[in-house]
Formats: sequence, structure tokens, C-alpha cells
Amino acid sequence: MSFLDTKPGVPLLESDDLVRHYEVNRGFGKPSAMVKALDGVSFTLESQKTLAVVGESGCGKSTLGRQLTLIEKPTSGALKLNGNAVGNLSDKEAKQFRRTVQMIFQNPYGSLNPRKKVGQILAEPVLLNMDNLGRKEREERVHATMAKVGLRPEFYQRYPHMFSGGQRQRIAIARALILEPKVIVADEPVSALDVSVQAQVLNLMMDLQEEMNVAYVFISHDLSVVRHIADDVMVMYLGRVAEKGPTDEIFAKPLHPYTRALLASAPKIDPTQRVKAEPLTGELPSPINPPSGCAFHKRCPFATEECAKVRPELRNFEGREVACHRVEEIA
Amino acid sequence: MSENTTPSAAAVEPVGAPPSPLRETWDYFRKNRGAYVGLIVIAIILFLALTAQWVAPYDPIAQDRAAFLKPPIWMEGADPRYILGTDAVGRDILSRLIHGAQLSVSIGVFVVILSMVSGIVLGMVAGYFRGWVEVAVMRLMDIMLALPSLVMALAIVAILGPGLENAMLAIAIVQLPHYVRLTRASVVSELNKEYVIASQIAGAGHTRQMFVNILPNCMAPLIVQGTLGISSAILDAAALGFLGLGAQPPLPEWGTMLSEAREFVGSAWWVITFPGLCILVTVLAFNLMGDGLRDALDPKMKR
Repeated sequence: MSFLDTKPGVPLLESDDLVRHYEVNRGFGKPSAMVKALDGVSFTLESQKTLAVVGESGCGKSTLGRQLTLIEKPTSGALKLNGNAVGNLSDKEAKQFRRTVQMIFQNPYGSLNPRKKVGQILAEPVLLNMDNLGRKEREERVHATMAKVGLRPEFYQRYPHMFSGGQRQRIAIARALILEPKVIVADEPVSALDVSVQAQVLNLMMDLQEEMNVAYVFISHDLSVVRHIADDVMVMYLGRVAEKGPTDEIFAKPLHPYTRALLASAPKIDPTQRVKAEPLTGELPSPINPPSGCAFHKRCPFATEECAKVRPELRNFEGREVACHRVEEIA
Repeated sequence: MSENTTPSAAAVEPVGAPPSPLRETWDYFRKNRGAYVGLIVIAIILFLALTAQWVAPYDPIAQDRAAFLKPPIWMEGADPRYILGTDAVGRDILSRLIHGAQLSVSIGVFVVILSMVSGIVLGMVAGYFRGWVEVAVMRLMDIMLALPSLVMALAIVAILGPGLENAMLAIAIVQLPHYVRLTRASVVSELNKEYVIASQIAGAGHTRQMFVNILPNCMAPLIVQGTLGISSAILDAAALGFLGLGAQPPLPEWGTMLSEAREFVGSAWWVITFPGLCILVTVLAFNLMGDGLRDALDPKMKR
């Protein structure tokens, strides 16, 4: 079995009911509680596509990213790469998996080892995963990747602190790309950057997607960025998927009340563009003790008694998936 | 201070062939005048220690019964053969100091290397794996810290038997908790940084993570602690020697010399002053060099 073989008709990356619960200690004498950071998330990602995962802080976006890159093991559910389940991997399989799935982090100031030169940082994945390459070939590969992301060759000998945020994020992108992965999980890759630099980095990511045939799982809370880069959008609320569908359709006509509220809360300059919807009131409920029924019902203007009792499952509506009991009436 | 350099300026400035890492560190080190002086002093002390048997004018334990407590040559009643005078049993102080450098420097360096290496390993394992390993290691270190250091060193020497080697081992054990705690604290704060996770995704194993990726980021406080540790090791060894458990007479160890001369503080100041000055200068030199080394090894201080 190899993760690297793509099969026709089988999605590149598939998540099936992924669940991740954390046990938290609430202090001496109290029973520990479960934080349901991720509570059953399923999606598929086709090669060379971009899936954006959006939602408020604490909705489980980053937890999802941590499961996809095997930083943590999911509590339950399955992750499939090219149709092969990623469960308990042998060392060799883990190596193959890493060559296929890589990650870009939010904070380029924290994600680069301050004691290593750019060349060393970029060479590490190659050193660890491509045993057949000699020192010289490794350096060539590093230089080639640096050229691809627009870093000048003399940066090879520099330390990360000598660079600006945008250049650092280029280095981070180069590190993720150097193994030529098929999937890159980008956890808020531009949110720590200036707006002017954000566009550069996003365009670079899109250019590289075409050039290197890579698919992105793009975790973000910035809807304008998502609209720019994503093919599909998955809106998450409290560890569950609220709505999932093609980017254009979701932005044109959000179905789930939460998606509407989210889009309405994004600032727009043109008043005619503004989506009319009630702004969200209240805080995101605690994932330790989520509301019964639909997790969103306490903040939802359309909530009924049914919403408070029965948890809505994702279902097809107008070509996308929505988890709302009243979607027909609202739409 | 490095944050003042604008990144764009740094990016535009043309660079020739990059210097080797060692060369680079040396260049930065040399710019720090205090550290450079410290290094020179240490070099002199090391030179004297290594060539003691040829440089020293007399045998450090040979007694001249005609010259007890002679003052240094610039004072009245001095014996011109003994530049820094003689001690209570007629031994040349200069020769004893030169030979003493051998002992004191090796005590300091050996103790620090021993306790730093084992402290780093223990602290790294405790901080990296957390859980019960951390609890076990750190509570043991807390217990060790709860005992007064000299009392614990005494107890260890009492078990192992008196002598310089056992005293060194005891001091190394006494110093251990400082390195363990320092290492663990740095490791815990580094562990949450994204570069560690990034390397994990790149496939770095535990050993590589601990000693290649995390350790270099924890070294700055350890180097400073290490240079301070050399001085306290020299002093602790002297204290043990004074109690008859460290260097045994007639070994010319500086601390032991200091202790032996205790009763002449009022009558013959030179017997006690020169060994004390030697300890002071050595300790100061190591501290200055440690500071410079820390700055030179820190890429953030570089421009």
C-alpha cells in the first residue's frame, strides 16, 4: 500500500466523521470534563483544489488541522489519503504520509527555528525523508525550492530573524513544499501579516498550487481571503460542520443562519453589497458543555423548539450540505 | 537591538562568500572587549597550569626552613629569591599559585562539565516528555535543593571517602539541580513554539527534537550558569578542603591555601591575599568570557 498512488475517482484526502475530544482537569476534587473540540467532521478534498475551513475562534479549525497532519491522533473517525485509511502507521508509512501532507503555520515568527539558518531549516525535511539524496543534491533541492518561492540564493546562510514577516512566511511555504506534497494544511497562513503582504503570499500560494499540483486545506477566519483563494468552503461551528459548498454559491447565498451571520459580520465598503442579517449576539458556547440540539440555537434568530431538542445532521440542499432544520423555510 | 535593522536593508545588502560558523562566532566574540580580556586571562591561566612544572621557580611543596613567612620582594625584610614571599612552612607562594592553577581550573571545568551534561540530559527528558518522568526528576531535584549545599557535599564525601576526586563528584552532584531546572524551564517554553511542531511534521524523532532542534535554543542561560558554576565549584572545593575532605595537604589548591593561611590574616597578609586574588581573577575571567560567549552564540545579537 502506498499513499502516493492516486486512484481515479478516489478523493485525495477524505475525512470521515473525525472526532477529537480533550480531557481537561477542572481543579482538585471535580471530575475532569471533555472538550469536544472536533465532533464529527467529514469532508473530501480533491487534488489541486482548495478547501477553506472558516469559523469563529474556538470552533475547532486548528484542531482539525492538527488531526490532518497527524500531530495528534483523532479520538475516533478515519482519515483517508488516496482511499487508504491513515491509522496506525509504520515508520515507512509515516514517512510516505509526511511526504504527501505538509503544513504552513500561522505565525512565521514562531514556526522557524531561530538558531538555524534558512538553508538548514529547509534541508531538515529532505534530510529526514529522502535518505537517498547526498549532501550536494540536498543543497540543490533547497536552492531550487527557494527560487520557486522567490527567495534569493544568498538567503541560504541567513537566520530567520533577519527577515520580515512576509519573507519568513515564504520560507515556511518553501519548507512545506520541499517534499513536493500533494496536500498542504495552511493554518491561518496570512493572518499574522500586513494586508499588503497578505496578497503577495496568497498569490504565491495560488501560483504554486498550479505549478506543483498541490491541494490546500486553508484554515482561516478572514472571509475576504477565503473568497479569493478557495474552491470550496466549510463553515464550522463548535466542532461541527454548519455548511459546506462551493465558494461562489456560499458567498452569493448563504443558507445556514450561522453562515449568514458570519458573512454579515464581515465589513464591506459598498453598502449595496452588505448582506442583511441579524448580527450575532452572545458568545460562542463552551465546547465542554455544548447546547442541546443544534449547537447554534441559542444565538439563532430562526430557532424553534425542535432546534433546541434535535441535533440537525448535514443534508443536501440546493447542491450543498447544510446542517439546519429550517433551511427550506429560511431559503 | 537586532530588531532595529530594517529587514529590507538587510535583504538588499550584498553578501560575499559566507564566513564559516566558527569564524563568524569568533568575530562577534572579539568585538566584546570584556569577553576578549577574559579569554586572554583564561589563556594565561591555562598556559601557566599546563607548563607549571617548567615555569614555577620552585617545587610547590619544597620547604625552605630558613625562610618562614617572608614578605613579597617589594617589602622590607623580603628574601629576593621569593617574589611573592613564602608561607608559614617556608614554601614559595608563587610556585604554589602556579601549580594551584592546574588544580583549581581542572576542578572547575570538570565539575561543570559533569553536572551540566547530566543536568541537561535530565532536564531535557523531564521537560520534553512531561508526565511522571518530569514529576520524578523535578521532585528529586527539589529535595536536593532543600538541603544546604555544603551539608549535602559533606554527606556525599563522607560516604565516598575524602579526597579531591570525590570532592569534585560531590560538588557536581550538588550543582546538578540548577542545570536540571534551568534546562527544563527553557525546554517547556520552547516546546510550545511552532518550529518544534514543524520539525515534528517534517519527521524529526525525539532525539533530534531534543538535542538538535530544542537544545540550541536553551543554551544561553546554561552557558552563563556554567561559567558561574566554575567559580562556585572552585570555592566549594576550597571549603571542602578546609574541612579536610577535599584536596589534601600539601596539594597547592588555591582554596586550601586560603584556608591554611587563615590564622595569618593579621600578621602576614600576602599568604592569604594572593590565593584569594587568583580565585577572584579566574572567576571574573570565566564570567566575562561566559557573557561574551552567550552573546556570540545568539544569532539574534548578530547583524
